[in-house]
Amino acid sequence: MNELAELVPYLGKHKPRAARALVILLALVAPLIAIMFGRTWVRVLDFALLYMMLALGLNLVVGYAGLLDLGYIAFYAVGAYTWAFLASPHFAEAFPALAAGLGAADGIHLPFWLVLPVGAALAAMAGIILGFPVLRLRGDYLAIVTLGFGEIVRIFMNNLNYPVNITNGPQGINLLDSMNLFGWDLARSIKLWGVKIDSLFFYYYFFLLCVVGSILFIQRLQISRIGRAWAAMRDDELAAKAIGINIRNMKLLAFALGATFGGVAGGLFGAFQGFVSPESFSLMESIAVLVMVVFGGMGNIAGAIAGALILTALPEILRHIALPIQQALFGQVLLDPEVLRMLLYSLAMILMMLLRPGGLIPAHARYSRPEFIAAGEARA
Amino acid sequence: MPSDGVKTLLRLAGVQVAYGAIEAVKGVDLELFAGEMVCLIGANGAGKTTTLNAIAGTLPLSGGSISYHEEDLARLPAHKRLRRGIALVPEGRGIFTRLTVEENLRMGAYIRKDADGVAADMARVFDMLPRIHERLHQVAGTLSGGEQQMLAIGRALLSRPRLLLLDEPSMGLAPLVVEKIFEVVQSVRQEGVSILLVEQNANLALEFAQRGYVMESGRIMLSGSGRELLANPAVRAAYLGEAS
Repeated sequence: MNELAELVPYLGKHKPRAARALVILLALVAPLIAIMFGRTWVRVLDFALLYMMLALGLNLVVGYAGLLDLGYIAFYAVGAYTWAFLASPHFAEAFPALAAGLGAADGIHLPFWLVLPVGAALAAMAGIILGFPVLRLRGDYLAIVTLGFGEIVRIFMNNLNYPVNITNGPQGINLLDSMNLFGWDLARSIKLWGVKIDSLFFYYYFFLLCVVGSILFIQRLQISRIGRAWAAMRDDELAAKAIGINIRNMKLLAFALGATFGGVAGGLFGAFQGFVSPESFSLMESIAVLVMVVFGGMGNIAGAIAGALILTALPEILRHIALPIQQALFGQVLLDPEVLRMLLYSLAMILMMLLRPGGLIPAHARYSRPEFIAAGEARA
Repeated sequence: MPSDGVKTLLRLAGVQVAYGAIEAVKGVDLELFAGEMVCLIGANGAGKTTTLNAIAGTLPLSGGSISYHEEDLARLPAHKRLRRGIALVPEGRGIFTRLTVEENLRMGAYIRKDADGVAADMARVFDMLPRIHERLHQVAGTLSGGEQQMLAIGRALLSRPRLLLLDEPSMGLAPLVVEKIFEVVQSVRQEGVSILLVEQNANLALEFAQRGYVMESGRIMLSGSGRELLANPAVRAAYLGEAS
C-alpha cells in the first residue's frame, strides 16, 4: 500500500513506512477521536468512507481510462435502490397480493451477501448500457451524455411508482434493512463490559474494510494489462489501437468496473441510511464526487481518498462554524449549509486549478510494474 | 526472416473511405509484395493517411476490399489485424508520453505472451536504435521529436510485424534526423518486414522504396518503381518542387 504513504505530506516522501503506519493508525482510531466531538462526527466519517469508495470508482473511469463521467451517481442510485427493493418491506407494501402469494408478506429481506453483488451487477450493467452509446464520444460530448444519463436514472427513480410501484417515487423507500453480518446487526449498539459501543463504529470499520479491499483491488488493476491498456488509451487512442488494444472492450470495462464500485457503495449507503429517495442522487452529487477526484489528484488512489475525506469533512466543519457565526453576525442564517458546500467545492476547484493543477496529490507518470517505477525514479 | 518470393502480401481493390458525407478515399488499388518497401506519396489531403488507417483497421471502409495474405480483412478489427502482423506507426508518432521509454516498448508487445521472444525482440530493437536504449528510463514525453519517432517505430516492431505501416515518419523533423529515420526503416526492411510508407518527403521516400504510388484527391494517379517516379517529369513538378 505505497499509495497510503503519499497521504502524509513530507513524512510520506522521506519515511514512507512511518507514514503508512501513521495512516493505518489514524484510520483505526479516527472514530474514537471523532466521538469526543459527538456522534455526528462519526457519522461524517462513515460518509467519508462511502465517498472514498465512490471517488475510487469514479477515478477508474475518469483518472485511469480518461473518460469524463458526469453521471456517476446514477450507479450509486442503482446500488442503493437494489438494496431498497431487495431488503425492505417495500415489496409487500407495493404488491401486497403478490407478496402474500410468494410468502413474503413483510417484504423481501435478502441477506447482504446476496444483495450487494446483485446491486453491483446491476450497476455494472447500467455502466455497460451507458458505455455502448458513448463509445465514440470524447471530451465535452461524452460529459454531456453521461450527465444526461445520470439525470435519466434519477428521474426514473422519481417516477417509477406508477404504473408499477418499483421505487415509491419521490417519497423514496423507507425502513431498509441494516447491514446484517451473519446474525450480527451492525445497526445495533452493543454493550461490552459496561461500555456502550455505538453502531456507527461498526459501520465505520465495516466500510473501512470495504475501502481497503477496493484499494487493494485497484492497485493490482492499475499495474495489470487492463490498467496499462487504459493508460495507453487515455494518452492516445489511435496509438492504443495500433498496439492491439481493443478500445471498445476497454472502455466498456472501465464503465462497468467504475459502476460496480458505485453500486456497492450505493448498497452500503442504503443499509446505513435506512432510507433512499431520488434527491440523494442529484447531479450535484455526481459533481461532488468528481470534484473529490479532481481535487485529490486524478489517476491516483491517494488522491481520491484525500479528496473524499477532505471534501466530506470540510463542509461539515464549516456548517458547524458558519451557522453560529451567521447567527451572531446577522441574527439569522443567510447562507444555507448546502449552498456553502457547493460554494466551498467551487472555491476548492478554482484554487486547485490555479495553484496545483495536478490535484492535491498529483498522479505519478507511470503505470507499469513497480520494478520499472523504481528503476525509472532512480535514474530520473 | 526469409522473403517468400514475389507473393502478394497486401492488396487493396477499389478501397473507399468516407468521413460522413465526405469521401476521402475514392477507390484505391494498391499492391504490396512480401519483403517490399512501397511508398505512397501525395499532397496534403490526398487521402494517404486515411488509406493507411483503413489498412490498419482504425477506419471502416465504405467500399472496396483489402486482403492480406489472401484473407479479406473486412471483418477484422484493428487489434486482430495486429495479431496477423499488420502494425501501424501512426501519424504524429502517437507515443504514450507519460510512460517511460521502456514501458512504451513493452506496450508494443501488448498482444504477445511469449516473454522470451519479447526480450529477444527488445534486444534487437536496442541494437537498431541505440539512442532509444540510452534513454530507456526516461519519460517518453521528454524525448526529442526524432527520438520519439524512433521509439514509435521500435514499439511497432515489438509486435513482431510482417507489414509495417509508417505514416509520415519525417513529419516535423530536421533533414539529418529524417535521414537517420530512413536508415532505420531500411534496416527494418532488410530484416524481412514489408513496409508501406506514407510520405510528403517524396524525394527521400522514392529513393528508399522499390515502388511508389502517387495519390491525388482520393485516387491513385501514378504508380511505378521508385526510380521511374523520380524521373517522371509530372511527379518532379508536383511533388519534388521542380519547375516543369
